[in-house]
Amino acid sequence: MAVLLMGNEAIARGALEAGVRVATSYPGTPASEIMTTLMHFGPEAGVYTEWSVNEKVAVEIAAGASYAGARAMASMKQMGLNVAVDAVMSLAYIGVKGGLVLVVADDPGPHSSQTEQDTRLFARFAKLPVLDPSCPQEAYEMTKYAFTLSETLNLPVIVRPTTRVSHACQEVEVGDIPPRPPVPGFVKDPRWVIMPSLSARQHVWLNGQQERARAEFAATSFNKAHLEGPIGVIAGGPSYFYVLEALRRLGLKLSVLKIGTPYPLPEEPVKDFLRRMEKILVVEEQEPVIEEQVISLAWRHHLSVEISGKHDGLLPREGEFNVEKVATAIARFLNLEQNAAAAALPPPPPLPARPPLFCAGCPHRGSFYAFKQAARDLDVIFTGDIGCYTLGAAPPLKAMDTCLCMGASLGLAQGLARVQPGTRLVAFIGDSTFFHAGLPPLVNAVHQRVRLTVVVLDNETTAMTGHQSHPGLAAEGGRVAVDIGRVVEACGVETVITADPMDLEATMAAARRALAAEGPSVVILRHPCPQMAKPSTRCRVNPEACIDCRTCINELGCPALVPTDHGVTINATCTGCGLCAQICPTAAIEEVE
Amino acid sequence: MDILIAGVGGQGIILASRALASAAVKAGLPVRTAETIGMAQREGSVVSHVRLGLAEGGPLIPLGSADVLLALEPAEACRNLKYLRPGGKALVSTSPIIPVLAALGSTPYPLEDILTYLRRNVPACYSFDALDLAVKAGSPRALNIVMLGALANLGLPFPAELLLNEALNLLPPRVHDINRRAFALGRRALEV
Repeated sequence: MAVLLMGNEAIARGALEAGVRVATSYPGTPASEIMTTLMHFGPEAGVYTEWSVNEKVAVEIAAGASYAGARAMASMKQMGLNVAVDAVMSLAYIGVKGGLVLVVADDPGPHSSQTEQDTRLFARFAKLPVLDPSCPQEAYEMTKYAFTLSETLNLPVIVRPTTRVSHACQEVEVGDIPPRPPVPGFVKDPRWVIMPSLSARQHVWLNGQQERARAEFAATSFNKAHLEGPIGVIAGGPSYFYVLEALRRLGLKLSVLKIGTPYPLPEEPVKDFLRRMEKILVVEEQEPVIEEQVISLAWRHHLSVEISGKHDGLLPREGEFNVEKVATAIARFLNLEQNAAAAALPPPPPLPARPPLFCAGCPHRGSFYAFKQAARDLDVIFTGDIGCYTLGAAPPLKAMDTCLCMGASLGLAQGLARVQPGTRLVAFIGDSTFFHAGLPPLVNAVHQRVRLTVVVLDNETTAMTGHQSHPGLAAEGGRVAVDIGRVVEACGVETVITADPMDLEATMAAARRALAAEGPSVVILRHPCPQMAKPSTRCRVNPEACIDCRTCINELGCPALVPTDHGVTINATCTGCGLCAQICPTAAIEEVE
Repeated sequence: MDILIAGVGGQGIILASRALASAAVKAGLPVRTAETIGMAQREGSVVSHVRLGLAEGGPLIPLGSADVLLALEPAEACRNLKYLRPGGKALVSTSPIIPVLAALGSTPYPLEDILTYLRRNVPACYSFDALDLAVKAGSPRALNIVMLGALANLGLPFPAELLLNEALNLLPPRVHDINRRAFALGRRALEV
């Protein structure tokens, strides 16, 4: 049966068909929809699913289930893997019992990430096999296969889709979802207790598994050659299709070897291909993972084939590929004259920049505005974090001076406090991120008596990635909401203030109080994400009273506020939050039903 | 048939591309789409690549090879014109979404220049106020369905009714009537 599936949905489907029992994740683009899909279909199939507090915890939970013999999966984006690395590295040594699949979605481009890192390189570092799908159909097949391979090798297996697989849609031939098999149960054994003596033995075993994985991969159909003479291309991931399409555009027929299993690279199919080639081009996004293994293989086996790719600058190590980039590289590889571009259009008129920004009615707009106002006459640095509120760095608010990674707003602020004692530090962090990575640095700040104001921007969801649950929310299923205020108090923070960021006066008062505190202070600014709540009111501008001073637009930058020839108007995206009404100097903005 | 859908986050571009792709699958055609999801959905530029009937290829439409540019916003039409093949058709909604940066005066938005440029340089450019039609249908949010209705006149490889049904499947029943009207108004706006 062919069903239209997004790559992430195809991965979830593959896991369901493979009998996954426990699936965990922390949201992150482009990986989030894997768990969203499992949560939709999983309960009926008997799968336990959860949004874990962070990726390390997600992997540990999946590993626990695997220890008992159940199939388990943890999904995340590439930077999420960084958080989980400690657990993953040790897990490679300890091994698993039930198939354990880590799905790590990479983001070449990057489209919505702080880095462009290549998980295949991490797989090599961790000595874990990695599968690199080129389309949703293959992502589905590889996910199913990954569980079996994991049990064959007793190793976690990584499936690494990229944005153009995760967020691509395709008709996918799917099978039936079988009932979950019974869980064999955990068997007590010293093998589960990592000790230096065990690690020393396991390292030998782990290295040996590389060759077994290589042999397993050689037997799959994920690597396939199409021969058309002695000049060839080796391609992995979505680049495979860019190559096919570029060849079609250039009117060329070259031999193509598709690599779906980039680490450990299977030797036989690659050697067989290299033997038949005079020169080849390796096409893969991000790092030269396949390329370096191919060069090493050719050298070791005295294969006199010319190899091009990233090392000779035919292809870049940064950015996303597309048909044009690959066609240009192939043309250069073959020393072809590139056809002149199609008749160029005259230059277009100047086009507007359109960076992402806070939605109309977003409570973060009020939070940042109030803190900026309250700190106007002070020497203050605002450290920021990862989430929708990262957009607080954009004009007109410009209320964020740093942003590094999840939880770093609190840590960076403490470092700055050490060397700039006169400066006030305000660290912004979202509610989900607070639980993910904000607690350890908060405890540190209390312990070290750092003068720091932490602002928890609590919009009662994980908004940027699609409104996933987090430990601060009870939601359904008998879960318990962990109260941020009580946690913060229990950590020893003396000044803890909660306010509604849509009430600017109250929020500015809270900010002033927190900034005056001697030790660490925490302000929780709570208001639900407008995407989650249906607005009951809207605002409108009274044209009689509006003097077109544009204070509302210039200070808040709300997309619902539109300048016209006759003053400001408010468009249909307004949620009636009333922030603009609170700062309008002529009280020209009023709420309407 | 390669269709590039362009617009602004929040306009329902993902839904439009999903409806097209679902209709293609129902019609037994191979389909590939690529979507912008994540940070850019907050009022940023969004494009969705939809490739119908493509047996072997990636989800991204190469530059200069889209058969149709379906633009839900005029500046985004202009920004993505490079994808349109020579002789390709552009369907453009003329209502602008003024970015906050333009409201702040730090980026231009020359609407008339943009519309003139499109009409002058794309021989098969069909521009109309889809927002106005969506409001007539009952909701400004139905603009994406108005555009799909218009698109259905451009020789899609499946019947218009199939496209409408797949779009409705993705929408809650309470807005079905509005969107049926929107689709019909879109079709009427572009009787070619």
